[in-house]
Amino acid sequence: MSTKKTPAKAAKKRGAPASTSLASAKASRAERTYDAIVVGGGHNGLVNGAYLAKAGLRTLILERRHLVGGAAITEELRPGFWFTTFSYALSLLRPQIVQDLELVKHGFMPLLMSSTFAPMENGDYLWLTQDHGQNLKEIARHSKRDADAYEQYGHDLSKVVQALKPLFDQAPPDLFSDDPEELLALTQLGRRFRSLDKRTLHNAVRLLTGSAADFLDDYFESEILKGYLASSSIIGTKVGPRSQGSGLVLLFHAMGEHDGEFGAWSFHKGGNGGFTQVLARAAQAFGAEIRLESPVAAVITKNGRATGVALTDGTEFYADTVVSALDPRHTFLELVDPRELPDDLVETVQRYRFQGTSSKVNFALDGLPRFPALPGREDVFRGFTNIGPSIDYLERAFDEGKYGWYSSRPYIDGAIQSTIDPDMAPPGRHVMSCFIQYTPYKLRESDWDAEQENLGDTVQRTLESFFPGFGDLVLQREVVTPLHIERTVGLSEGNIFAGEFFAPQMFFFRPAPGWSQYRTPIDGYYQCGSGTHPGGCVMGAPGKLAAERILKDRGKGRG
Amino acid sequence: MPKREGQKKTDAPRGAGATRDAGEAAVVRTSPFHARTAALNQVQLWSHWSNYLAAGRYQLSDKAEYFAVRNAAGIFDSSPLYKYRIGGPDAEAFLAGVLARDIWACPPGRAQYTCWLDDDGFVVEDGVVLHLPQSRPSVNEYLLTSAEPNLAWFADRVGRLDVRIDEVSDDMGTLALQGPRSRGLLAKLVPQAETLPYFGVTAGKIGGAAVTVSRTGFTGDLGYEIWVDAGDGLRVWDELWDAVQGHGVQQFGLDALNMLRIEAGMLELGADFDSSRYAFNDAHRSTPLELGWGWMFGDLKRDDRAFVGRRALEAEIAGKTSRWAMRGLVLDWQDYDQVYDEAGLIPPKDHTPVIGDSMLYEDAAGAGGAAASGGQGGSGVALGQAGYATSFMYSPMLQRHIAIARMRPDLAKPGTRVKLELTVDHHYEQVAAHVARLPLYNPERKTA
Ligand SMILES: Cc1cc2nc3c(=O)[nH]c(=O)nc-3n(C[C@H](O)[C@H](O)[C@H](O)COP(=O)(O)OP(=O)(O)OC[C@H]3O[C@@H](n4cnc5c(N)ncnc54)[C@H](O)[C@@H]3O)c2cc1C
Repeated sequence: MSTKKTPAKAAKKRGAPASTSLASAKASRAERTYDAIVVGGGHNGLVNGAYLAKAGLRTLILERRHLVGGAAITEELRPGFWFTTFSYALSLLRPQIVQDLELVKHGFMPLLMSSTFAPMENGDYLWLTQDHGQNLKEIARHSKRDADAYEQYGHDLSKVVQALKPLFDQAPPDLFSDDPEELLALTQLGRRFRSLDKRTLHNAVRLLTGSAADFLDDYFESEILKGYLASSSIIGTKVGPRSQGSGLVLLFHAMGEHDGEFGAWSFHKGGNGGFTQVLARAAQAFGAEIRLESPVAAVITKNGRATGVALTDGTEFYADTVVSALDPRHTFLELVDPRELPDDLVETVQRYRFQGTSSKVNFALDGLPRFPALPGREDVFRGFTNIGPSIDYLERAFDEGKYGWYSSRPYIDGAIQSTIDPDMAPPGRHVMSCFIQYTPYKLRESDWDAEQENLGDTVQRTLESFFPGFGDLVLQREVVTPLHIERTVGLSEGNIFAGEFFAPQMFFFRPAPGWSQYRTPIDGYYQCGSGTHPGGCVMGAPGKLAAERILKDRGKGRG
Repeated sequence: MPKREGQKKTDAPRGAGATRDAGEAAVVRTSPFHARTAALNQVQLWSHWSNYLAAGRYQLSDKAEYFAVRNAAGIFDSSPLYKYRIGGPDAEAFLAGVLARDIWACPPGRAQYTCWLDDDGFVVEDGVVLHLPQSRPSVNEYLLTSAEPNLAWFADRVGRLDVRIDEVSDDMGTLALQGPRSRGLLAKLVPQAETLPYFGVTAGKIGGAAVTVSRTGFTGDLGYEIWVDAGDGLRVWDELWDAVQGHGVQQFGLDALNMLRIEAGMLELGADFDSSRYAFNDAHRSTPLELGWGWMFGDLKRDDRAFVGRRALEAEIAGKTSRWAMRGLVLDWQDYDQVYDEAGLIPPKDHTPVIGDSMLYEDAAGAGGAAASGGQGGSGVALGQAGYATSFMYSPMLQRHIAIARMRPDLAKPGTRVKLELTVDHHYEQVAAHVARLPLYNPERKTA
């Protein structure tokens, strides 16, 4: 046999170098082909990727930054001091996810925030703990009537939460579809509401449409109690407690739980960044691949179908399922060409309200703050410190925000997390996370690059007024403005929920009418970020529900 | 928070102090650390444990104490335990005959979890025995703990051996430092703690007082127990307390301990089993194999050591006559939620342990393996009964309802599906669960 026609030689004829690189390119194309690609390694992307991988799909999660977690990260900004840069507490996480993804195995550990301490401007305080009897007496110190009302309020709110909770664990039915399955789901939804007692249904509607202040006024007279309860009605949203729509925000924040206790918040070991690390380990254990520092520039489409993604450096990855875990603006207006989408969708997304209004100021502290009325008392800090002593205080803070400036006396949700998890700071030292409102994304005649440290000073001054000597404890300060949130995490206009919570942007309409079921007009292209139902917060529901949709579609040979 | 109030009055160093105070009726005793623990007890709730005041919890939330142990460290005052100092030339020989686990395998500087049996092979009690480090070769001493008095039982079995048994329950205080930070913190005071192996024992000094430190505990976590003379109690407490400041360490009470020990699969006398001595029938007695302690007897084939209950134990092994197997139980969360949801209730996830029998039934849907007829268990086992749970709780660490349970041996294989009976809306409901190996919570650091 002649040895002349060896394959190598034959190849050489056609130009060997090109051919070998073609072969390797082919191999690497196969290597770069997945069943599913998730764009964005925030907690929803991780949850989504983990469910897809668990179902057996070869799954790739692409994260732009050097770490996963998105808004839920923890960073060591000073040796030994771990800051929850953005998101700082856990409650809405769907318990099913903990079980389905076997998170306990990977270190899931929601530590108890055992109290809420709410200082008042007159030097008094409200301190609510894990002891029910103590709480009633503590409230009675401010109003005997309110102690009783507090019981009724808690019960009424629990009934509403119980009634609505199942909606968090399923995709909204498609209002605009004639599919019998969707019609059935709508009927079931109607039936659920019909089965509620009158009081609960009425309370639900009052909360979903009305103001938190109105709702609370029906129960309470004590300003400090109302201020504390109303505080959760403004989180992440450009509303004051007296604005219609604040009831919905209050209700949303009551929908979570800690070990079955509705409305209770916990601190995950290592912060919400500790939690997203747990998620990442779980996703990897199911076989998902996570690639860091891989910013996606665009979703590749062909004939109206998603076929993969291209990174900003030109690298391409292929899959017939591509999931965007980013907010609707990125999902519809940046990752794909809006011209491929129906006009009404593009318009809705362009109108979609972000207008971030929250900031964070995180402190490294040399010791615990002192509250003059309770000298030496450290246990009041083993939980949240709520600076929102009355509805008036919150509403006044909102007034300034309304007109494009940050509050001179802001609302502060503080948490000295090192009291709960000593691994957050060196012995005897502490980290304090402060969530701040109102700090509108668009400042009147200035910008956040200019105002950042002034905001830090404002917050520190406010804390000083409640805890004299606070400033002396500060070792380091990190100010995180809406602009910083947008730049770092990618959340448009720094909106912490990837789109505000208000009725026209919820449920059937999140993120847009007709697109509430995690699909997009592009076949094989899905959405699973906080801009989809049920919404923001570290809850994982969008990621999970989107995975269910994807797997169902794949089962049907669609998607 | 006045820190050390009431110190003067209660500073009497020893537990027995209360009895000695002329004019004061000896109703309850206080531990050698009481002056400090009392000042820390914000809720002023005390239970009585072997006639000692023992804190159920120190603060409003027992769960916070529990998390402190799992995530940092906690200090527990376990002084009320019964303690016996056993010495003399024949101490080994004596213990080899009365304790069921081989004491010869426990050299000085080691401790053992052990049990003692009656002639029928039923468990009298369990406890930890420390073989104290020898200060001189001639000194050979053990310290044995138990939940209930056992002096007569031991003393009656000394015979002609040269052994001294002293009950020192009231003369010593015991502090358990438990949790991931315990090693580093204790090593600041007793450097040997750094390298002390699981169930190792060492001597040290804290605040100038001689202490014995053992790497033991009742939490299933990395942890140590510090044994001190009652008179040194406060000195040692103060040194330890200072050493742990700033580390998230909290004192914890019996309520948190109960949660921790259930997760750790550690049985409690009176909760998960009873002493054979005071049982009126065998249904209330347990063999060590039935309690899951078969691992203590791996050496029986190779070793002819004689101990009380050996023959019965061998017969049980040979005849496979154990009536029960000790297991963990993990509830099916979906089924649990569903049972409550359907009743219009919010599914409770209460970490407070429920102690007492809850029935377990075979899963009719067929778990496979199990004989359909059932009734293979001991006398009085109902048809279809798979066993019973004795300690039940919601575990915050495991995010599941769990239990310590006795299973019929044919249903004891991990993974076997059974039904646990709960009361919901004042009637019985059955919730799906599966059998699992104990301990249900078992961090690597415990033995590492
Ligand atoms: C300051 C702040 C405080 C908050 N506090 C709380 C709280 O205490 N509790 C709570 O429950 N919720 C809180 N939230 C809300 C909650 O954290 C968010 O709603 C949630 O984390 C959003 O998760 P996500 O996965 O949907 O999106 P994100 O967390 O925004 O994740 C998106 C990810 O995509 C990555 N990415 C962006 N663009 C690209 C690209 N082109 N290619 C690849 N990757 C990309 C980003 O880097 C990011 O990792 C807070 C949010 C903020 C901002």
